[in-house]
Amino acid sequence: MQPTNTRNPDYYHKVVDCQWGCPAHTNVPEYIRLIADGKYTESYMLNRESNVFPGILGRTCDRPCEPVCRRTRIEDEPVAICRLKRVAADLRGDIDHLLPKAAETKNGKRIALIGSGPASLTVANDLLPLGYECVIFEALPKAGGLMRSNIPSFRLPVGVLEEEIDMILHMGVEIHYDHRIESLKELLDTGGFDSVFVGTGAPKGKELDIPGRQEADANVHIGIDWLESIHFGHIDSVGERVLVIGVGNTAMDCCRSSRRLGGNDIKVMARKSRPYFKASPWELDDAEGEEIEILVNHSPQKFVVEGGRLMGMVFDLVEWEGNEKGRLVSKKLGEKFIEADDVILAIGQDNAFPWIEKDIGIEFGDWDMPVVDRATFMTTLEGVFVGGDAAWGPENIIWAVEHGHQAAISIHQYCQGESVNDRPPQGMNLVSTKMGLHEWRYSNDYDANLRTEMRYEDLEARLADMFVEAELGFDLKETVREVERCLNCDIQTDFTANLCIECDACIDVCPTHCLTMTHNGEEDEVRQRLTAVAENTEQALFASEALPQTARIMFKDEDLCVHCGLCAERCPTAAWDMMQFDLLNPYAGQEPWPTTAATASTTSA
Amino acid sequence: MSYITKPSARHPRLPSNAVGLTVRDYEGSMSTLCAGCGHDSVTAALVQAFFELDIEPHRVAKLSGIGCSSKTPAYFVSEAHGFNSVHGRMPAIAAGANAANRDLLYVGISGDGDSLSIGLGQFCHAIRRNVNMLYVLENNGVYGLTKGQFSASADIGTTSKRGEVNEQEPIDPVNLALSLGATFVARSFSGDKAQLVPILKAGLAHNGFAFVDVISPCVTFNDHEGSTKSYAYTRDNMHEVIETDFVPLRAEIKTDYADGSVQAITMHDGSVVKLRKVTEQYDPNDRSGVVDYLSETRSRGEIATGLLFLEAAGADMHGFQGTVDQPLVDIPYETLCPGSAALDQLQAEWR
Ligand SMILES: Cc1cc2nc3c(=O)[nH]c(=O)nc-3n(C[C@H](O)[C@H](O)[C@H](O)COP(=O)(O)OP(=O)(O)OC[C@H]3O[C@@H](n4cnc5c(N)ncnc54)[C@H](O)[C@@H]3O)c2cc1C
Ligand SMILES: Cc1ncc(C[n+]2csc(CCOP(=O)(O)OP(=O)(O)O)c2C)c(N)n1
Ligand code: SF4
Ligand code: SF4
Ligand code: SF4
Ligand SMILES: [Mg+2]
Repeated sequence: MQPTNTRNPDYYHKVVDCQWGCPAHTNVPEYIRLIADGKYTESYMLNRESNVFPGILGRTCDRPCEPVCRRTRIEDEPVAICRLKRVAADLRGDIDHLLPKAAETKNGKRIALIGSGPASLTVANDLLPLGYECVIFEALPKAGGLMRSNIPSFRLPVGVLEEEIDMILHMGVEIHYDHRIESLKELLDTGGFDSVFVGTGAPKGKELDIPGRQEADANVHIGIDWLESIHFGHIDSVGERVLVIGVGNTAMDCCRSSRRLGGNDIKVMARKSRPYFKASPWELDDAEGEEIEILVNHSPQKFVVEGGRLMGMVFDLVEWEGNEKGRLVSKKLGEKFIEADDVILAIGQDNAFPWIEKDIGIEFGDWDMPVVDRATFMTTLEGVFVGGDAAWGPENIIWAVEHGHQAAISIHQYCQGESVNDRPPQGMNLVSTKMGLHEWRYSNDYDANLRTEMRYEDLEARLADMFVEAELGFDLKETVREVERCLNCDIQTDFTANLCIECDACIDVCPTHCLTMTHNGEEDEVRQRLTAVAENTEQALFASEALPQTARIMFKDEDLCVHCGLCAERCPTAAWDMMQFDLLNPYAGQEPWPTTAATASTTSA
Repeated sequence: MSYITKPSARHPRLPSNAVGLTVRDYEGSMSTLCAGCGHDSVTAALVQAFFELDIEPHRVAKLSGIGCSSKTPAYFVSEAHGFNSVHGRMPAIAAGANAANRDLLYVGISGDGDSLSIGLGQFCHAIRRNVNMLYVLENNGVYGLTKGQFSASADIGTTSKRGEVNEQEPIDPVNLALSLGATFVARSFSGDKAQLVPILKAGLAHNGFAFVDVISPCVTFNDHEGSTKSYAYTRDNMHEVIETDFVPLRAEIKTDYADGSVQAITMHDGSVVKLRKVTEQYDPNDRSGVVDYLSETRSRGEIATGLLFLEAAGADMHGFQGTVDQPLVDIPYETLCPGSAALDQLQAEWR
């Protein structure tokens, strides 16, 4: 193996599993340490830098960071990263003076943002301080996109939502409500914009074309439209018996909303079995905790309507088997009628671009979607960018935010006459955390506590009112307990080969058998002859330069390091140091970070 | 000294041995020795050896005297029995304990000061008695605990950290052990676990006094240039004479070396120690040949390592004394001490 280049930001970034897993590369361990220090405002602002909506995301994020958390490889459950984010948002102080401000002097460029979801809002957040004029067109009477219209208030209180949207709007966005863009051509021709960002989401709920659908129409609802109607007060009740078709996150919001609108016999109907459910595990738990039944292997066959009234639905009872091509095929075992007063369809969302003319230079590809560059977010028409769910179909808020950041970089470069393809690099800082002989600037003592459980509002009170937030959040005691579970993966074990005297101390002390000194070889083969076989090839294997006394190599399997710092504490020569790695994300209009420099590094000599 | 305890987090795929324990179950408390001390590596080698031999912790008794080396029993097999004696007196305690309960596995850990300076007499008699134990001498050439004075194993010409030169003849514990009839004599290096672990395992299996002299650098007081017990010096000058492989009883012996370069020695418990000569003409069963060979290598400035001498058969302390097979502790007190009537009767027989 070649010696690992730890000065490439990707190397240490990947060790910070949560940050690597977060689409916006939120500096999770640092914000958790700030919470541990009681610095909620600082923690909130650190979050906001990358993910823009800490209060919203602290309740609703899809949490791609949690399943990849290092803790899941040491024990079962990840650090409650998301819920700690909410703690920072709930307990922060006044931040008005810390928020970015629109530039006083404008740069003369006008940007149109179509839709006011998280993607467009992020673009505005990043461009306003640079002097751009941002004009949002929103079809609905309020801003926020699906965060507002679809995520129910019992998961995301309106106050939290509006506060964070307003932080951006109040910077000086020009927003036109109830203004649906019906023709992109017209906007381009007559709007006088230097660039256009399409952040219109995936606004069309999928239909279920089975017999009886038309006849039953009065009591069959498209999930995302139905949730939107609830939000805007057009719907405030539902029948007692409700069937929700589909078992994704939308279905979870539909069934839980039904429970609050008067439904008391709610069934979520899944075509497949539990391992195939699209909903996040915690949403399934929350739904079941509200006495909602989830039925598996029920495939909708028809709606049953009598005398113009919906009576219920017939389902095929099925069983699934893999065929030769490895695809799952169903086998019908029987059928079953289930009574219902209302049926809610939550089987997916589609994009819809009837308002983008086909002859204006925007190429369309598969599924009638515009062709969008994965790195620049530009369409084939220069100056027109697409991000969020509109780009490649439904994702989630944090992806929409990251798309927004990247699109803002592109729009800025485009408007400044630079190539959108020159992506600004990430940078890094690396600073020793050494404070004394065996003292570090972080809490390196391993805490074996299991994940802190969330407490919920009393069931009856919760179901009685759509606006009562279900999760209570962590109190101080729970917060103090949970922050200690974080393994500080950003505090890196940084190695200086020429200091090592090959005493074995680090290898002997490592609690998780990460370290080995042995002769070099090919990575696959080296992985087999380490102190513990390094099976997880997703995780990097560090290789040092040749060691001074024996020319062996120090290898470190990054997989299970708990960042306890004991290798550095037991090293007589400080060949190992515990260094805080700070990933420097590029944002629009910023001076580029140094590419490979380990700035402010204090590698001990 | 580290302030935190070693994380309870473990590698999730750590193998278990025949008694259901992982290697981490053989650890002790966190070391308070200097970071980088060779003694900690010897500790880690012992942990590995106990794990690989499937030893039940409660069958082990750890004994030591005084010194940094003598502190190390605290850092392995925390579930074992232990006794920390007066400086240099561990051999007597070990002999006494072994006399009372011959069923335990005795592991004595000592230093060059503990065994060769203050405790030299004790050390010699434990060898003569062939007390059944593993005796590890963590040899760093200095009194580490009292801040680095030369010990009796300091070589002529080696310098202290402040630059003084040692002019007194050293005691070579390997030589001493051979001359006193030791039946298992080895030398190794804390920085070479591949060599040390099989030697420790063989020593634990040996019936009798198994002596292992481990060069174990004192990183704080004796790891400088000019020292003959530093990491760098030891690495440059050590010369492996014999490669040791330990084959436990239940494992099948696979290789047969037709060329005669490997000698398989069956131990008291049925396990096999395989010795592969690295050096032609070296015979680990020929006591006087080994002594000659070692004096030759020493004059060349080489540190000969490996399981240097082994005589698996022969009587240990209990054999010499003709004691009963049953450990004395298991014999009811009335039987061990039948009372004054029985004494009277005995004396009557002699009148
Ligand atoms: C029920 C439900 C629950 C969800 N829960 C979560 C969750 O808990 N966590 C999470 O991370 N994600 C969740 N999501 C997904 C998440 O809300 C979306 O991925 C995210 O909002 C996409 O952001 P966006 O900016 O791309 O577009 P959107 O949020 O979809 O916003 C698009 C906006 O554009 C407007 N618009 C559309 N067409 C036009 C037009 N022609 N002219 C003008 N305006 C137009 C729309 O009215 C809308 O306001 C959920 C989605 C649904 C449906
Ligand atoms: C009777 C007695 N005399 C002297 C001492 C002081 N003393 C403590 S440790 C030590 C030397 C230990 O040297 P060594 O056995 O080589 O152990 P190391 O610390 O080098 O591992 C001495 C002289 C003592 N504790 N007791
Ligand atoms: S331990 Fe902390 S920093 Fe590491 S992956 Fe988990 S949450 Fe992220
Ligand atoms: S910080 Fe060092 S000792 Fe601790 S787990 Fe990681 S490699 Fe092992
Ligand atoms: S503890 Fe330090 S000097 Fe010793 S082997 Fe490890 S890195 Fe090298
Ligand atoms: Mg000593």
